[in-house]
Amino acid sequence: MTGSRTKVEIRGVNKKFITDTGEVDALQQIDLDIRDGELVCLLGPSGCGKSTLLNIVGGFLPPTSGTVSIDGQVVTKPDSRRIFVFQERGVFPWLTVEGNVAFGLHSLSRAEREARIQHYVKLVGLSGFENAYPHELSGGMKQRLEVARAFAVNPDVLYLDEPFGALDSITRLVMRGELLRLWQAEKKTILFVTHDIDESVQLADRVVVMSARPGRIRRIVDIDIPHPRDFSSRRYIELRDGIFEEIGLAHRI
Amino acid sequence: MLRRLISALAPFGAILLLLAAWHLAVVSNPGTLIPSPFRVAAGINELFHRGLLIKYIVASLFRVTWGYALAVLIAVPAGIVLGMSSRLEASFNPMIQIARPISALAWIPIAILWFGVGDLSAIFLIFLASFFPMLVTAINAVHNIDPIYLDAGRNFGLAGRELVVRIVFPAAVPQLIAGLRITLGVSGLVVVAAEMIAVTSGLGFLIVDSRNAGDRYDLVIGGMVMIGVIGLLLDRLIRQLERLDSVKWGYSGQ
Repeated sequence: MTGSRTKVEIRGVNKKFITDTGEVDALQQIDLDIRDGELVCLLGPSGCGKSTLLNIVGGFLPPTSGTVSIDGQVVTKPDSRRIFVFQERGVFPWLTVEGNVAFGLHSLSRAEREARIQHYVKLVGLSGFENAYPHELSGGMKQRLEVARAFAVNPDVLYLDEPFGALDSITRLVMRGELLRLWQAEKKTILFVTHDIDESVQLADRVVVMSARPGRIRRIVDIDIPHPRDFSSRRYIELRDGIFEEIGLAHRI
Repeated sequence: MLRRLISALAPFGAILLLLAAWHLAVVSNPGTLIPSPFRVAAGINELFHRGLLIKYIVASLFRVTWGYALAVLIAVPAGIVLGMSSRLEASFNPMIQIARPISALAWIPIAILWFGVGDLSAIFLIFLASFFPMLVTAINAVHNIDPIYLDAGRNFGLAGRELVVRIVFPAAVPQLIAGLRITLGVSGLVVVAAEMIAVTSGLGFLIVDSRNAGDRYDLVIGGMVMIGVIGLLLDRLIRQLERLDSVKWGYSGQ
């Protein structure tokens, strides 16, 4: 699945925020390489800077020091080859499902555009809703729409910031399956922010465990279980419990 | 079914109640100059047959349309530009805040000085009265756009004019429509005052002229009623915009 070529190179990234009470170290000395086609989860408690890191990698926020390079080029601003998927709040409510999916496809020929719309609307299971507006859709459908809009422009890299956080636990599980299916079909590099340990072990090739104040990388865990993953297998539980311990949590309450 | 019928008829019931109270008050005060609703209706009818009713309504609507449309066409783009640039906004904001509380009516002497007695003066006053509320609404509408939409737009490679056309404007439209409604109400207030002073036609002129030409209070109140009815109809017209599928999302909370 994963190529050996480095896609995203994060070198010595620091981020300080100035607040009323002084400077806050949101990120301290982050070094991370992500390979082409790899699915990496950034995992940590809220306030550990994982979303900040994703915004820096996405070009929405400049680092205080350090660099992020993608394919050898330093990132300074957002780029349409790399799409950021917000929680479902990112779909444009003034456009239909079709209009949203077509949003990044203006430069294509009409035929090509129609083909892509149809392909991705179907891929995320929204066929029949092409002319519906987001306010007529459920949260899970809006989330799938945003993923379809991102995939439709055929980006190399996807950034997902707790994309399923607002969904109920059943829809969330279904969406994880859909994401894996899309990822395997389209071979994108995916950087996925979550605070859900199970989610990270179910999805990722590698889980980057972060700690808060200052936000640092604590440990990187290789998830060496092939897909589809059995949540009750010994290896799964071993890896999950390892991360629980790493974060300093008991896995029973 | 019955309940829906009752709630549909209730506003008419309230109006009937008001008319009845008005009628009773007039009847029980012989010698009052205030006419009964029947006399007002007869007055409106008389205006209609003299050909004045339609003429005055058209005259007033003409002025409102020009003043209001010019204000909207300038204030919305200006508000979007100011709303997107904090530097421009900081430069212009003090000036806007000083000009805004000055009632458009305070400009009447200057309007007459510049444009004389006539349509242009009235249009200018309506323009002034509509411009500032619309400008401030447009600036705020841009400020209130969820930054996620702007980030998502930039992520798809949009900047400058394209970002405005494809993200900022459609995201601001629901609030702009609310601004259109408020502003139209303001322009309706000002047209009456402007017509009392700066022109010799229109519903505002009708009101002041009927009073001066022999205490025709039936026509004074007739003019007031027509202004109210026209205001209601225009508001209804603008509210139709809220039903567009591409703006419905902005009103889901209401």
